[in-house]
Amino acid sequence: MKKFFAALCLVVLACSASFAADTIKIGVVATVTGQNAFGGQLELEGMQLANSLYPEALGKKIELVVVDNKSDKVESATAATRLIENDKVNALIGPYGSGPTMAAGEVAEVAEVVLMGTACTNPLVTEGKKFIYRACFIDPFQGEAAANYSYNKLGYKKAAVLTDVASDYAVGLASFFKSNFTKLGGEIVSDLKYQSGDTDFTAQLTEIINKAPDVIFIPAYFAEGAIIMKQGYEMGNKARFMGGDAMDNPEVVTLGGSAVEGFMHTTFAYDPSMPEMNTEAKAFTEAWVKKYADKAPNANAAMGYDAYVLIYQAILRANSADPKAIRDELEKTTNVATVTGMTSFTTESHDPVKDAGVVEIKGGKKLYVDTIKP
Amino acid sequence: MSLNMFIQNFFNALGLGALYGLIAVGYTMVYGILRLINFAHGDIFMLGAYFVFFATIQFKLPWGVGVVIAIIGATVVGLLVDRIAYRPLRAAPRISALISAIGVSFFLENLAVVVFTGMPRAVIQPDWLVSPIKMSEEVSLIPLALIVPFVSFALIGALLWIVYKTKPGLAMRSISHDIETTRLMGVSVDRIIALTFALGSALAALAGIMWALRYPRVEPFMGIFPGFKAFIAAVFGGIGSIPGAMIGGLTLGFVEIMSIAFFPNMSGYKDAFAFILLIVILLVKPTGLMGERMEEKI
Repeated sequence: MKKFFAALCLVVLACSASFAADTIKIGVVATVTGQNAFGGQLELEGMQLANSLYPEALGKKIELVVVDNKSDKVESATAATRLIENDKVNALIGPYGSGPTMAAGEVAEVAEVVLMGTACTNPLVTEGKKFIYRACFIDPFQGEAAANYSYNKLGYKKAAVLTDVASDYAVGLASFFKSNFTKLGGEIVSDLKYQSGDTDFTAQLTEIINKAPDVIFIPAYFAEGAIIMKQGYEMGNKARFMGGDAMDNPEVVTLGGSAVEGFMHTTFAYDPSMPEMNTEAKAFTEAWVKKYADKAPNANAAMGYDAYVLIYQAILRANSADPKAIRDELEKTTNVATVTGMTSFTTESHDPVKDAGVVEIKGGKKLYVDTIKP
Repeated sequence: MSLNMFIQNFFNALGLGALYGLIAVGYTMVYGILRLINFAHGDIFMLGAYFVFFATIQFKLPWGVGVVIAIIGATVVGLLVDRIAYRPLRAAPRISALISAIGVSFFLENLAVVVFTGMPRAVIQPDWLVSPIKMSEEVSLIPLALIVPFVSFALIGALLWIVYKTKPGLAMRSISHDIETTRLMGVSVDRIIALTFALGSALAALAGIMWALRYPRVEPFMGIFPGFKAFIAAVFGGIGSIPGAMIGGLTLGFVEIMSIAFFPNMSGYKDAFAFILLIVILLVKPTGLMGERMEEKI
């Protein structure tokens, strides 16, 4: 029985290997159900848009193989394993968020397949990894940008922070914001915590409101962030809420309604309302509007699009779809124009240095208000 | 902590605790009668929230109608679950029924993902429920925060009346003591058990509706966490006891909120506080606060 099973495995392996040659497969660990589905869905649509614009490389069709991670870390690792072992993908594009990307990244690193992160901003994602890259800036910069902007530009001196302790992204961004804000001379009057999955933040907010901060920094994901703001509003909060890139989602306004009016967040330097767009951003916006007439182009989709383009360009330059060849060429990426700015990788750093945008919600609409240079 | 803050925290805790209690009652009723932990209860709670979401936001029906539809819908699902997944296993070992319950729970969650998609959806609350009212300079409450505990207590009152003052209630209590003897007394046991599931599911639907109003978002896995917490509340209060479930829910709500209120620096340990208390109480009183000694447990 054991022998039969082993033989069967061999046959299956041999078959799948011979099929793999006809197309280039890019595996997507997508986030299309669960907590962060809205963000993940937009990223996926961005990748699909890029795929429809650049459908072929080296005379072969590029196919996106999508597996859902249910917004979960463990499922992300499972999805990555499945894509690498079953589908024999040539490269991976990572899930939405830092924690899930780290989980999928461990698998990709061991299997020696490139994983391109989309909007995973925690520095640990690529640290010490050979095969993990990302299309976005990282949180030490974002935290500094947010602290700088609120202290210098908006003149806020007292800040409160509400962090999800179960989220790698939130913990990282919160600590970068706090250290920079205090370095500038500001005071953290309240530093409270909650856990992913919580829906009641009233106790934390009561405490924060009592400390009367000028600004409440919430490095949350959009769905939780909107509910936090809503509860704050119900309890008569007057301070301004600020967040990071994970709050960049059209759903914030739908969930939060009038409670999110005046909310500001840092994000990737793309928004349809931005005054000056680079050529890539213009092309992306045009193509998006043609393909998805009923949805506004957005930063999430831009990150998905950029991740695809970076891998696509590396395949072209390598003139091969071999996972290791893709990696070697990706490492030489210098000043490739992407929607959210120029992207370069080096052996030392797989983290691009890019501008951050600042967005404010005004009259129920997202408005791009400023660009922060690194 | 100032008095104002305490008042604010008090009402927040009351609302949260009452909702936990209301869900916990569903666990406790089924356990009391069948010695079965109905893991699908949290998912019926989720379905209740979805039904009201679809009725009022997608189909633009008035809220009153939406609530009635949600209660009927959830009750029907509860009855079907009992008929299809539990009744055929009545004579089987208890562990089989438990596994069946876990199966139903996964089935309902994944069915919801397929039918409603995995996207969380925003619930748009009626304005009058959520426009803040200033109680004093520092205390601000929304009408919903008062309505939730009030409705929950009224529902528990009604339930207690059914269980202790009516014939079907008498039959329920009798089944919980001895199912075989009750059957010999000419009581239609399956019908009474179905009634229990119907009542539990209707309460779950109402809890789901209030939860969706208070924390305005619905998604297929929204039942897991509250269901889990409510189950703990039911055990804590003494599983099988209806007032116990409510007290357990309130205690859990108060511990969660007040631990943050009194120790804001340790807000990350909220759940740890709640569970330490739970363990201590169960060590001192293994059957829970209001629980009776049982001969047999799972």
